[in-house]
Amino acid sequence: MSSLNLGETYIKGARLAFDEAVIFDDIDIRLVTGGWTCLLGQSGVGKSSLLRLIAGLENEATASELVFAGESNPDGKITYMAQQDLLMPWLTLAENVSIGSRLRRNFSPENLALAHDLLERVGLGKETHFYPCACSGGMRQRAALARTLFEDRQIVLMDEPFSSVDAITRLGLQDLAAEILSGKTVLLVTHDPQEALRMGDQILVMRGNPAQIEILANLPTGKRPRELDGAGMAQGRAEILEKIRG
Amino acid sequence: MRNLIRVTLVLTGIIFLWQTIIWVSGVPDYILPGPADVLEAFETHYDTLAKNSMITFAEIVAGLTIGTMLGAISALIMILWKPTETWLMPVLVVSQAIPVFALAPILVLWLGYGVASKVAMAVLIIFFPVTAAFHDGLKRTEKGWLDLAKVMGASSRQTLIMIRLPAALPAFGSGLRVAAAVAPIGAIVGEWVGSSAGLGYLMLHANARLQIEVMFAALFILALFSCILYFSIDAALRHYIRW
Repeated sequence: MSSLNLGETYIKGARLAFDEAVIFDDIDIRLVTGGWTCLLGQSGVGKSSLLRLIAGLENEATASELVFAGESNPDGKITYMAQQDLLMPWLTLAENVSIGSRLRRNFSPENLALAHDLLERVGLGKETHFYPCACSGGMRQRAALARTLFEDRQIVLMDEPFSSVDAITRLGLQDLAAEILSGKTVLLVTHDPQEALRMGDQILVMRGNPAQIEILANLPTGKRPRELDGAGMAQGRAEILEKIRG
Repeated sequence: MRNLIRVTLVLTGIIFLWQTIIWVSGVPDYILPGPADVLEAFETHYDTLAKNSMITFAEIVAGLTIGTMLGAISALIMILWKPTETWLMPVLVVSQAIPVFALAPILVLWLGYGVASKVAMAVLIIFFPVTAAFHDGLKRTEKGWLDLAKVMGASSRQTLIMIRLPAALPAFGSGLRVAAAVAPIGAIVGEWVGSSAGLGYLMLHANARLQIEVMFAALFILALFSCILYFSIDAALRHYIRW
């Protein structure tokens, strides 16, 4: 599959301001190469804007330096997953998974076969011909994960992708994402401290006005995705809440 | 099936009410003919009714087809080429301020008594709802889909074809439904103002000769056309555009 590019991904001097209101200014983030960086913060603090800036989707925000897996050109480096599954209702799951190849006009029958394989991997092997309207929220997010995999990019940007499903489904999706995205450089924006503690190799807390970034010093031990009642989880949660509240 | 029963019941009720009014009020049949008179008119004037119905139906379908195509094309042009949007949209809105009835004599003058002026009328009426609805649909693409396409490295052309067009189809469908409902108005208004054939022409003619039962028969056919057109388009849209 992909060539494993182990170059670093970071952003320096990120700034977002609307007229007089500065949301964040002079922010630096360095993602864990081949691991998960979780970005936590309250609603409206600007964490989604920061992710969208890295994705090239935020026109209002600027950065003095943006490096994607060791290169300044983001083409072919990034894939993006949002809170909504963003599946097209007029396409089947398999067609949705392979939509990237159609959008880039390099679609071939092999792409569809790959889409089927990936859906199989996320547990939707029997539902490849389903339309999104026939799927539950969890199934749809799994299909969105398969689509993210199909893109096969080194950097995966996730904007609260599991926040719209119920707690049990969310745990399942986290386990699945941790498994299939291993080796990728992932930035996960979330407002759920527990999710960050389960998934993160590095946890960043964004707070204040204008917002600043703090790195969580003590991460729970153990391999990702960590158990909910594992060592250090409760302490980590307390520390995060304290940091978020200021 | 339940719909069919409901429609049959409603129709029977209307016919019964109609007949009752005639019995109770004793209106002469040259003012309000009874259901039996209208049925008889269908029999005696079958050929005339059939011939003129076909002409009106053809005008409606032609108007609907051309109007829808022009509407879709102009919506696309406004999306693809921004300046046209600022220039064309006000013109379109102003064009709707002119009553079609007022335009009909001019169109007949320009395009003659034949089919062309009626089709033009129908096109004029249909064009706007289709353009407005489709244009609106194309502009309101879910932002998340556009973000996704951008990150995936799609060209704006591919984004239009693969995402914005299909996403706008439900809005286009709404415009088409409105168009189907108003299309017969365009054709009939055109025929009323000046024509040599068609249901509108037949109604004018029958009116002048006090053949009120023929007018009712023509009216009935017209209502039937509108219903057939609307429900078949609605069914087709439901079948092909499920999202």
